[in-house]
Amino acid sequence: MSSLLTTEICIVGAGPAGLRAAIAARDMGACVMLVDSEENLGGQLVKQTHKFFGSRGQFAGMRGIDIAKLLSDEVTKDSSVTVMSDSQVVGFYPDGTLAIEKDDCLKLLKPQRVICATGASERMLPFPNNDLPGVYGAGAAQTLMNLYGVRPGNRVLMIGAGNIGLIVSYQLIQAGIDVAAIVEAMPYVGGYDVHARKIQRAGIPILTSHTIKAVHGRQVVEGATVSAVDAQFCIIPDSDRYFQVDTVCLAVGLTPLTELLWQADCKMGYIPELGGYTPFRNENYETTRPGVFVAGDLAGIEEASSAMIEGEIAGLCAAKSLGYEIDDFEDRINRAKTELRVLRQGPTGEKIRQGIASLMQLREECEGA
Amino acid sequence: MTKINEKFRTIPDSKRRAEGPVVVIECFQEIPCDPCHAACNRGAISAFDDINHLPEVDFTKCNGCGLCISVCPGLAIFVVDETWKDDLAVVRLPYEFLPLPQKGQIVDGLGRDGVKLCEAKVVRVDNTRWHNRTPVIWIEVPKDLSMDVRHIRVGGTSLDGQKA
Repeated sequence: MSSLLTTEICIVGAGPAGLRAAIAARDMGACVMLVDSEENLGGQLVKQTHKFFGSRGQFAGMRGIDIAKLLSDEVTKDSSVTVMSDSQVVGFYPDGTLAIEKDDCLKLLKPQRVICATGASERMLPFPNNDLPGVYGAGAAQTLMNLYGVRPGNRVLMIGAGNIGLIVSYQLIQAGIDVAAIVEAMPYVGGYDVHARKIQRAGIPILTSHTIKAVHGRQVVEGATVSAVDAQFCIIPDSDRYFQVDTVCLAVGLTPLTELLWQADCKMGYIPELGGYTPFRNENYETTRPGVFVAGDLAGIEEASSAMIEGEIAGLCAAKSLGYEIDDFEDRINRAKTELRVLRQGPTGEKIRQGIASLMQLREECEGA
Repeated sequence: MTKINEKFRTIPDSKRRAEGPVVVIECFQEIPCDPCHAACNRGAISAFDDINHLPEVDFTKCNGCGLCISVCPGLAIFVVDETWKDDLAVVRLPYEFLPLPQKGQIVDGLGRDGVKLCEAKVVRVDNTRWHNRTPVIWIEVPKDLSMDVRHIRVGGTSLDGQKA
């Protein structure tokens, strides 16, 4: 074990939130160490070949892969941000020391502030044979084809018609892979209408009020049975449909990657609208453990555009708390908070607004108790 | 899916379509998105008071230039020209699949549900750096299908397993 490393701000996770946090903290003058478990910076952006929505300030109209390059170039343009890639933060000790695994060695880092931007993991769904090879998280299939150029299969059944299910289905078609259907338990498509239209005009059926009942196959996936469900999500008898597919992709939601925050003893609340256990945080994205900030999907499942703005806020505020100042601090903070509010004020932001309201209310109740 | 009709401020009526090329924006759900406004240098797509609002088009200002087609992240913008030829209209649509069709090639014209509506001749393929990997395909379709054809199927094995 090597000697104790130090830095002013350690950012865990170099996705859209972590990269923007690093840039903001660097702009304030702080010493930043950016740690990511992958080789490439950018998090999920590195496989997002589609163009982003949102406002121009958050790169609307640009493809995720191009945003990843732009942000990583900005972070690595000078030496004020130290990047540790291929490095997994595996421990958060009571005194605030982080344990980092790199090249089979354990390094210890004692930062003065931590910004956790670890993102989210894909949810699993229980059904018979869900452990057969050929059952993937949709994001995993997307990584295989868009990052590594590997076909996950030849004919895919997609479970879930949220934005991830719709976008990955579209990208599967772009990769020349058949998509048999998209199956959605809700009676409506959860993702954006424009994403659904891209799929539908390519001839892919979206089966709403349907669920996957079982996957079939001896060694690998050979097919799947899909059934219709009623308003209570109970399977309607005799409604089975068999799909001959070699791949089933699950796009049934994300859940925040909170392990480090549990170790750090940050207080959390279970908020379904935000994807599960979510850290209590104030409007500067500081958790209940002073000096530990959060940003991005870890702070509640949302879009990359809002993750980047949260990163900006957390980066600015973490550096400010160390005594760093810049002339346009107030301007930048206020602009970021306004942009977040505007992004969330439409109909598609309703769920996130409810989730944040529940989180804040629960935090107050816990603090009052 | 929202039904297409002219009550939306982004769908030109038949009178406007008879006057020349014009944009058709099939964006009917309020999502936080606004690049189309900045793409138009004639001011035909209004500025957004709220980024979540639906776009609005001033069809007297739109000349159907199509600059907005590749910019829309939702691939929801098309241009139709019902003055192209006597009985043929041109539909310009975003197309992000390989192989790209060639000028002169006959492709299948598909409706919003992916069903083949006609055969269509490709009259132009725009794919510059500016298009940012969203090429725009110009196809000739029967005039009465100009508001229905929204996708194409190019050669080889199609998405539903049939030969195109």
